[in-house]
Amino acid sequence: MKRRAALPVLLWLAALLASAVLVAQSRYAADMSAFLPQAPTAQERVLADQLRDGLISRLILLGIDGADADTRAALSKDLAARLRANPAFAAVENGQPVSAQRDERLLLQYRYVLTPTTASTFSVAGLHQAIADSIDRLASPMGQNLKNLLPSDPTGAMLKLFQELVPGDGPERAQDIWVAPDMPRALLLVETSSQGTDTDALQAAITTIRADFGDAQRHAGPTARHATLVMSGPGVFAVQSRALIKGAVERVSIIGAALIVGLLLLVYRSPIALVLGLLPVLSGILAGIVAVSLGFGVVQGITLGFGTTLMGEAVDYAIYLFVQSGQPADADRRASLQGFWPTIRLGMLTSVFGFATLLLSGFPGLAQLGLYSIAGLIAAALVTRFVLPQLLPARLSIRDLAPFGERLAQHLPRLRRMRWLLGIAVVLAAGVLFAHRHTLWNTRLSALSPVSPASLALDAQLRRQLGAPDSGDLIAVEGVSADAALAAAEALQPRLQTLVTQGVIAGYNSPTHYLPSAATQRRRLAALPDADTLRAHLEQAVAGLPVKATLFAPFVRDVQAARAQGPLTRAQLAHTSFALALDGMLLRQPDGHWLAMLPLHAKPHTEIDSAQIHAALAGTPAIYINLGQLSNSLYDGYLRTAAWLSLAGLLSIAILLLFTLRSLPRALRVLAPLFGAVIVVGGGLLLAGQQLTLLHLIGLMLIVAVGSNYALFFDQGAQSGGIAPRTLASLLLANLTTVFGFGPLALSGVPVLQAMGMTVGPGVLLALLFSAMLSAPSSPAAAQSPATA
Amino acid sequence: MMSTSRLNLSLRAILAGLALTWAGSTLAAGWSLQSLTQALAQYRGGRAEFTETKTLAMLDKPIESSGELRFAAPDFLQMRTVKPKPQTLTLMGNQLTLDMGGRSRQFDLRDHPDIATLIDGIRATLNGDLTTLQKHYTLTLDGAPAHWTLTLVPRNDKAREHVRDIRIGGHEGVVKTVTVEQADGDVSVMHITPIGTP
Repeated sequence: MKRRAALPVLLWLAALLASAVLVAQSRYAADMSAFLPQAPTAQERVLADQLRDGLISRLILLGIDGADADTRAALSKDLAARLRANPAFAAVENGQPVSAQRDERLLLQYRYVLTPTTASTFSVAGLHQAIADSIDRLASPMGQNLKNLLPSDPTGAMLKLFQELVPGDGPERAQDIWVAPDMPRALLLVETSSQGTDTDALQAAITTIRADFGDAQRHAGPTARHATLVMSGPGVFAVQSRALIKGAVERVSIIGAALIVGLLLLVYRSPIALVLGLLPVLSGILAGIVAVSLGFGVVQGITLGFGTTLMGEAVDYAIYLFVQSGQPADADRRASLQGFWPTIRLGMLTSVFGFATLLLSGFPGLAQLGLYSIAGLIAAALVTRFVLPQLLPARLSIRDLAPFGERLAQHLPRLRRMRWLLGIAVVLAAGVLFAHRHTLWNTRLSALSPVSPASLALDAQLRRQLGAPDSGDLIAVEGVSADAALAAAEALQPRLQTLVTQGVIAGYNSPTHYLPSAATQRRRLAALPDADTLRAHLEQAVAGLPVKATLFAPFVRDVQAARAQGPLTRAQLAHTSFALALDGMLLRQPDGHWLAMLPLHAKPHTEIDSAQIHAALAGTPAIYINLGQLSNSLYDGYLRTAAWLSLAGLLSIAILLLFTLRSLPRALRVLAPLFGAVIVVGGGLLLAGQQLTLLHLIGLMLIVAVGSNYALFFDQGAQSGGIAPRTLASLLLANLTTVFGFGPLALSGVPVLQAMGMTVGPGVLLALLFSAMLSAPSSPAAAQSPATA
Repeated sequence: MMSTSRLNLSLRAILAGLALTWAGSTLAAGWSLQSLTQALAQYRGGRAEFTETKTLAMLDKPIESSGELRFAAPDFLQMRTVKPKPQTLTLMGNQLTLDMGGRSRQFDLRDHPDIATLIDGIRATLNGDLTTLQKHYTLTLDGAPAHWTLTLVPRNDKAREHVRDIRIGGHEGVVKTVTVEQADGDVSVMHITPIGTP
């Protein structure tokens, strides 16, 4: 018997060890990907790609504040130089013209494949017109600048490129660096080499920036001591969120654990019982993390935050075991275990059914919560059932709660008489819910974000000062290769040009401005004449113009060089400012396909008319996307999915209860207090000015999951002639530990965890109270009649 | 980005010429640099027609452009070229705007220390502040009130790599011509005819 008893314990220890190893190796993230659907629409996938590894997700916006302008400029240049030397940063811009010369050289070298070049450009008539225009430009006040270009570029290709490619004025500049126009601040824009979802790499990048800034400060001398560095951007937010959630989870866990441990110690008066009682909880948390890590590859911060909350429910199992058995002798305890185990099992199953529906969700964030809870609860229940009894000392002496339970039981009849109060509360709360039915849910994605309003304000400020692209409106078109995507983007250009002419949009950008497709480049190269032909054309073209054809010898030489060097490739753009621009608009997708994105520019102070864009794109494979609208609709879908899944979860719980209890009245009696608690808490949250988010919804589900245990014990008690005093005491104790587990979340400062704390804390209290109020009177005779009432 | 230094230096020449174009009152007795700049400083605004002839080594014959100049004290200067291609260059405070072919580009002169020097010079001229003007240019005044020539040679070496000198010719308090000679020998001559006060 001893050997058989040791088996579960050994299995459990082995599982614990394996779990600990897996947990230590798991990856933890706190980025947006948890909120992105697994099976997205074409538009959603573009958004997801943008958030995951689009340029936007890799940008870090920096500001240097304090000190004087000279010091800030010196710090900006020093910091930029340090970062440029680090391969972790793909691009570092601070306004210094570091790449300007390279840019200019590249444009000059490849001007004939980058500009529309046809045979007519190099015909006698084309050259004549182009040279005449160039001479006219020389006469203008700015002509002096163009004088040097005339011999090599009479067709004005360079001028065209300057006007098209060189980004507008950019941020304001002073002392060669970018500065904020409205405050003393130097500005920098950094692109990390790592992907936007790689929170660890982002954190390393941020740490590097801080360290380099510190070095630059020391290097700059005492005046730099008062300078400070501010940072923002999606990557910074991800790192901040992760740190914030981690800090809050730690704080909340410690407070919750201290409260629960204190309470249990007070009640049990036995350290051994306390330690044993926490084993199912810890096992559950480990199992949850391992399941998520194995199932998803990465554990979301939100899921981890959930870990503390699980403590609240899992600790109950051991409480039921210790308190309800209450038998000091091993053998009696075994008997009582047989008695209440079915109830715990049913309680656990209702919770599992409730969370199982979340697994069906297409959103990894929700599915992780579901998997975590299921694995955690099953593990905790199994440890309670099979491991804990083996570990209990032969004589475990804990305080007998039977007398306390007796006193509690005396109040039950009074509570039952007050059930009309429950009815009123439910009706009132339902009224509140109905009155708020249109504003019930907070549909903004930012409601879930732990990023503080101050950080968001800083982000908006830096963005405005830097003029960083919002990329609100864009057109996306896919290709099997980078070149195919570029060709597809080129095919769209006539339509986009029409939109510009019609005034629907002010303009657009395209990756093909920096890297035309191979076919286009070949066509342009084919239009370049050989040296003799070009010279002959020039001789005729200068007729009637005040220039000699020989002036254009550099032009003839450059055209021949362009013919010889062939097309421009991505590799040649490296180390120019065009590489950054191209990478932001030409994305490699996870499936190996490429996506070309063409940002649209709205006319000042107007919004782009999406209907006209859709109409213009009709018949092309391109899609039009408004990222802001899309991310909101995405969250709408997320919330709607969660709401439906929750309802499905409730339904499956009801069916489970009906099936197990084999009695409609009993099932209703178990469910009624739970729904009552959910409605009253929902109404209460709205009255307190809270708009419900996804996490409130999960919290409401938890009320049902945890509260079902209470209702089931009352139901079981009613079957055996009234709830046993010890059971009643254990319910109250379990309830208090749950409240202590969830309560601190309300003070966590992280919106998602706060929502959960505010929902579950009061919810489980009400669930117990309502279960008691609605419980059948203790006499077996009377037990039948109210059930039908 | 398009070789800002080159851009700035040619602007320098244009603007220096413009700044000195404005003059209204007759010259006071006691002909000197001091009295000339004071006379020029009294002018508060107006319009003038201009014709500019550029003689470039690479072209067989000179090219011409024409248009209108406008000035309003203290810091509004505009050069509207009508022929051969419409183009407007406006200096308003520190903001330089170039409108050309439906496009508008703006430059903040404070970002370009080269030009800041020049702006100092313009302000100095408009305010009759000879000291500041002399800080940036070596000034030589030749001739008599009826026909004088003021020659400005940039003191800055880098500036002299592009502009050899600027010669302003006038009659009493009125500027008639602005001649800019480039370091490479190319010359532009601007003839100015006031259209009366606004």
